[in-house]
Amino acid sequence: MSGLALSNVTKEFGSFTAVNNIDITVPHGTFVCLLGPSGCGKTTLLRMIAGLDLPTSGAIRLDGDDITRVPTHKRNLGMVFQSLALFPHLTVGENIAYPLRIRGVAKEEQKKRVDELLAMIHLSGYADRPVSKLSGGQRQRVAIARALSISPKLFLLDEPLSALDAKLREAMQVELRQLQQKLGITTIVVTHDQREAMTMADTVVVMNKGEIRQAASPIEIYRRPADTFVADFIGSTNLLEAEATGGAVSVLGQPVSGISLGSATKATLSVRPEDVHLTAPGNGALSGTVTFVRDLGGTIETFVDVAGRQIVAVSTPRARPDVTVGQPVGITLLPDVCVVLSK
Amino acid sequence: MRREKPQKLLDYAPIVFPAAMLIVFFVIPFATMIAVSFFQREQAGFYTPAFQFANYERFLSLFFANVLGFSLMLAIAVAICCVLLALPFTYLLARMSRKAQIVWLVALLSVLSLSEVIIGFAWSTLLSRTAGITNLLVAAGIMTEAKALLPSFGAVLTGMVYQAFPYTVLVLYPAIVRLDPTLTEAARTLGASPLKAFFTVVVPALRNTITATLIMVFIFALGSYLLPQLLGRPQHWTLSVLITDQAIYQSNMPFAAAMAVFLVLVTLGLVALTVIAGRKGEAA
Amino acid sequence: MNGLRNLYFTLIGLFLALPLIVVAGVSVNEKQTLAFPPKSFSLSWYGEIFLNPEWRNALLASLTLAACSAAVAVAIALPLAWFLWRRVAPWANIFQLLGVAPFTLPPVITALGLLTFWATTGFYGQPWTAVVSHAIFFVTLPLVTLSLGFTAIDRSLVEAAATMGADDKTIFRTVVLPLILPYIVSGYAFAFVLSLNEYIVAYMTVGFTMETLPIKIFNALRYGYTPTMASVTILFVATAAVIFSLVARFGDLPKLLGAMAADDK
Repeated sequence: MSGLALSNVTKEFGSFTAVNNIDITVPHGTFVCLLGPSGCGKTTLLRMIAGLDLPTSGAIRLDGDDITRVPTHKRNLGMVFQSLALFPHLTVGENIAYPLRIRGVAKEEQKKRVDELLAMIHLSGYADRPVSKLSGGQRQRVAIARALSISPKLFLLDEPLSALDAKLREAMQVELRQLQQKLGITTIVVTHDQREAMTMADTVVVMNKGEIRQAASPIEIYRRPADTFVADFIGSTNLLEAEATGGAVSVLGQPVSGISLGSATKATLSVRPEDVHLTAPGNGALSGTVTFVRDLGGTIETFVDVAGRQIVAVSTPRARPDVTVGQPVGITLLPDVCVVLSK
Repeated sequence: MRREKPQKLLDYAPIVFPAAMLIVFFVIPFATMIAVSFFQREQAGFYTPAFQFANYERFLSLFFANVLGFSLMLAIAVAICCVLLALPFTYLLARMSRKAQIVWLVALLSVLSLSEVIIGFAWSTLLSRTAGITNLLVAAGIMTEAKALLPSFGAVLTGMVYQAFPYTVLVLYPAIVRLDPTLTEAARTLGASPLKAFFTVVVPALRNTITATLIMVFIFALGSYLLPQLLGRPQHWTLSVLITDQAIYQSNMPFAAAMAVFLVLVTLGLVALTVIAGRKGEAA
Repeated sequence: MNGLRNLYFTLIGLFLALPLIVVAGVSVNEKQTLAFPPKSFSLSWYGEIFLNPEWRNALLASLTLAACSAAVAVAIALPLAWFLWRRVAPWANIFQLLGVAPFTLPPVITALGLLTFWATTGFYGQPWTAVVSHAIFFVTLPLVTLSLGFTAIDRSLVEAAATMGADDKTIFRTVVLPLILPYIVSGYAFAFVLSLNEYIVAYMTVGFTMETLPIKIFNALRYGYTPTMASVTILFVATAAVIFSLVARFGDLPKLLGAMAADDK
């Protein structure tokens, strides 16, 4: 099989299990984001793929070859570190040429490749500058070019954009995705930023406590979260307890119609704020009271108290709900936007 | 980088040479010295293996008690003088421009590296009758006649403070540079004058550093060997001088070794006491 | 406050400089007299260091001793510091402690220990024993600067080099060595200058067979005064100042002395 395959990979540090029995396959040319809160094991997983940490058990295969015990320097990969790890004693050009230099590539060949890569990252003519004289975004690009200089089979990035400010980060996300698509290289990025993952990935792998909670396309993850952790971690959502007694379903203790919990008697409903519709009270919906209205210009968030729980509704200025704080309102839950998550 | 335990025998290779050198040329000599301190002295500088406490008993006399007492007193005096002088100096130095700091650091390192011989010679010249500082005072009309200021206790103390001052500054420097400057700024906004802020915020914040520095300067001063000889009278000689005297001129190695071991024990004992006292103070 | 500070710094500066100013003054006396201010001007006592065979030999002995012992000290400190940085081996910290001990204890202890050792092993008085003795006595200096230097190296640089295909040996040559080099140089410089000035260890180990400059000055002092001592003193101060200035010029002196927050002011 072409691509990367992890089977039953586990990593223990003493009695702490950082990565627990993970299986993933990454087909050739896809862009995968490992996403999760800090300490979820995503960086450890990436380091095992790079060979910087060895799994306690399990196997890692690249294009069918078992590379679990192959030392890092023989894996022919490209990696961008969180700190970027640009060599301070080398110039921009020397940094990019480093992987070629230690492989004994001829000087002219090195220079040609460096110029090519510098053109690719829009830094032509920067070869002789010391890395300390670059801006944050430029260093970022140099680190990426350096990792790609041998055209590796596998491109790994550990929180690569975390040092950049918000605006630059968003621009770099787009740039990185476009670069990856142009080169068609298998890429794995570790991030804790769900916007970043949604922007770049073909497949988002959501992790928590060393385990994979869901691996799917960004839109699937957003629309069809597998469990409450994923629903809560990706975007913002309203998690509402639902109960089925006989044929009737109630949410937060209030009866609703049109929603089925399947065979379960207890479940949690995940409703995205943009899917919460405010209506007049009564009307077969949940009834609550408006507690706060946050007008952000581009969007309006309405906070509604329902039986002691806070539900957030987001709407655009065009569909501005005509409500004021203290006003009783109704909330309609449409079955097709409610994701039923069994506990 | 993954820091890991050495896996193969080859991974231990780098430490073999350093470890061998330190064991053969530091641990074994130290052990030899301890062994010799129990040996029997023979004529003409020789000694034979034995196990006797005679060498230790010998300095349980009033004379050696006096020398030991004087050595400790001198080292304590030097440590206190140095810390008193160096603490405000280092504090102010750490707040100067980087360039000025480097100039001062180079000067301090240059003085620190000076041989005791050279420091002794320089101060004996400065305090001498013919080329000394009193000549300046005569020229200025303050004194009527130039005179020698040495040998004297004051000369020994001055020379040793001179020797230990750069060392004190360099020991204090890292801690003081890293001290959060907003601490004093906060104190200033709360109404403390610069001087008051120094004594109520900086000094207490550096209490452990100051204690550690006092100990280090104390040990440094205990090692002074030539200055008491060059600037003082025989009653100003320290244990270091007597050890060398016994080893080289009296050819009594066992006795010299016994005194050296005793000096180590006293040093370590005092350090331990201070550390314990410091811990107790912290707990209170 | 600033006025007070300047006054204090001037006084400390005077305290540090005055003995050297007076020595510089007496070193240019034309006649062999200890007089300040100097009675007449002459640089002949500086020439004396190089022309008089006794002083010249002492100078050469000191320079050779310092150059060799500093090299041995670095050779001990570099692999040790590298090992402690590279490996998880808590037991190896004992060697770090052993490396710092000789410089922390009163020098007379190390000197006497080495004296008994060389006497027992029968090598007493051989010139190379002084090299080893000084290397052990001053190994603390390169050990401290190198340990500091290694902690300043970002470990992800080593990992990055490995992901780019460099094995351990290549990483050491292309990444670790270039980054640690300034610290090797400063460690060597500190050990060199202090060895040049060291008296008691040299005296106890080879004092009767070889004269280093500090031993020569002390011996000369006992027989009275000669202005060459003054000129040698000034030469030594100048050498130390030049070497430490170079260290400051090519390295980060405040950082070397432990100020990790060495920001540009």
